[in-house]
Amino acid sequence: MAGVQVSNVSRSFGAHKALDDVSIDFADGGFYALLGPSGSGKTTLLRQIAGFDFPDSGRIAIGGESVERVPVEKRRIGMVFQNYALFPNMSVADNVAFGLSVRGEAKPVIATEVQRALDLVQLGKLGGRRPHQLSGGQRQRVALARAIVTKPRVLLLDEPLGALDKALRVDMQIELKRIQREIGITTIFVTHDQEEALTMSDRIGILRDGRVVQEGPPEEIYDRPKSEFAATFLGDANIFRGDSTGNGIRLPDGTAIAAGVGATLAAGAKASCAVRPERIRIATDGGASDGNANTLKGQVSKRIFAGNNSTYFVERAGQTLKVIVQNTGADRLAEGQDVVLRWSPESTVLIAAG
Amino acid sequence: MAVEGAVASRSGLRSALPLLAPAYLWLTVAIFLPLSAMVFFSFMTELPLSGKPWAFTLGNYAAFFSQSLYLTLLLASLRLGLEVTLWCVVIGYPAAYVLAKVLKGRSREAIFLLVILPFWSNGLVRIFSWAMVLRQGGILDTALNAVLPFKINIDLMYSYPAVIIGLVHSYVPYMVLTCYLTLQAIDDSLIEAGRSLGASRLQVLKRVIIPLSMPGLVAGAALIFVPVVGSFMEPRILGGRTGTFYGTVIEDQFVAVFNWPLGAALSFILLAVVLVILAVASPVLRRAA
Repeated sequence: MAGVQVSNVSRSFGAHKALDDVSIDFADGGFYALLGPSGSGKTTLLRQIAGFDFPDSGRIAIGGESVERVPVEKRRIGMVFQNYALFPNMSVADNVAFGLSVRGEAKPVIATEVQRALDLVQLGKLGGRRPHQLSGGQRQRVALARAIVTKPRVLLLDEPLGALDKALRVDMQIELKRIQREIGITTIFVTHDQEEALTMSDRIGILRDGRVVQEGPPEEIYDRPKSEFAATFLGDANIFRGDSTGNGIRLPDGTAIAAGVGATLAAGAKASCAVRPERIRIATDGGASDGNANTLKGQVSKRIFAGNNSTYFVERAGQTLKVIVQNTGADRLAEGQDVVLRWSPESTVLIAAG
Repeated sequence: MAVEGAVASRSGLRSALPLLAPAYLWLTVAIFLPLSAMVFFSFMTELPLSGKPWAFTLGNYAAFFSQSLYLTLLLASLRLGLEVTLWCVVIGYPAAYVLAKVLKGRSREAIFLLVILPFWSNGLVRIFSWAMVLRQGGILDTALNAVLPFKINIDLMYSYPAVIIGLVHSYVPYMVLTCYLTLQAIDDSLIEAGRSLGASRLQVLKRVIIPLSMPGLVAGAALIFVPVVGSFMEPRILGGRTGTFYGTVIEDQFVAVFNWPLGAALSFILLAVVLVILAVASPVLRRAA
């Protein structure tokens, strides 16, 4: 097992810069999600770490050893592919045995290791089946067993749950996390699903246009996004734009919004504030104001009921704000109703414009 | 359920009949009837069209067994078929691999066209152009002597290698095409998965790519082996005196000696031998695939 250091890695395909000076430190034994929209470079980065493709410049180290020019078969990595990539001409057990067998391990050793890996993914009895006889979730588990049976230094997962339906995906998230903890392997996980990234990983790196936008633990990125992109890509956010007042912003219409967290900016600079929809309280009356809370008046334009919560769309000065309210059984607000929105400065993140 | 299924499949067959009928009608008229006539001829002493009196006989088949020449020629033809098929694999498979897995877009189309081109040229033209290349003082001989500092004498014309060269040229596109189709169907991520598990490119080729493309290899081999065993044009033109094979002997019976019954009998013996070979080989090949 080993950590992975990516330092100043760049990779271009023709005129397109797929990776632009990317540096990330993947800690030993950690579960790391690379999150980004399609074309953000997250898969390209994974392929550089795997060794399917080499960077134009920069350094990649696995366990402290430089590998950026080492071909994939010599890197001792395990990889799970989006479409599972099981060998259709082999049984499940032979698929799992492949890595050990090309390495020339003895037959009894292979048999024991394969059985242990299949037991770990709870497919101990299906070794004799062919891949096409398995369900999507089972194939996923075989792919995982095949990737970890060789005891790789790093486990790389390329959108491994993308092809599964919602319920199965949640099961596999838990399962994957359990197995990762059990063997303690450094895991790098590419996904475009922000919920998956939030629930599974110790750290998240958000990529956009080949650059790392923000990197850190899920709570930190969610609570203190450093850019509008990070704020809106990981979770939902209301974005207010205006001029910095040093501890908040002033909207074009003169309204001040106080921000308790985020960047330190000189007064007068262009800036934004991000507020999560679930941090905003919504009420019909103007009273019950708590001292320093940010307050805005608006009108409900739409309500979406989702069982455990409701999302209100509130029109305010040409901007549509989103507010999520837990279903506590309290009176629901009707569309067209005038409302007051309140939230604390501690829930408001100051972001430099750009 | 089973009854319903049977009804459904029967009605499926009925609705498919108009689609199947033209092909089968054509096959019946164009192949089955003449072939039946040939079976009939092969049991006759004389061709009925010649006006001479004729009778039924097994003599044409007996001739094959009574004269060792026919067996010798058949074995030579089988060996020729095997060698040509092998060369087609050696030459065609790598080409198919590059076409399917390495080249993309325009360059793939261009190379593909070059592979197909022999198909579109007339067979005789193809063979005679080889004759110009291979003979003494021909294109190959002249070109090599122009380049090399010492004098060499290339005269491949009327030799066994010339027959092989001509046949491989004619039939290699079949191998390229059938292998290309199966290779192209192999997901690139399977190759990447193999390498991520520590397998070298050669190990991936041996354990993943070749087994998965086996159906294409088998189909290509069958498409090449069968006609090559019965071939007569390439052996006759490029092989000259050395080009006497089973196929040329059959051809002689039809166009030179006018012993159609013997020619027909020899053809059917060949067909039987080829079918037996394919039947014996198919379980082995299927297991490999």
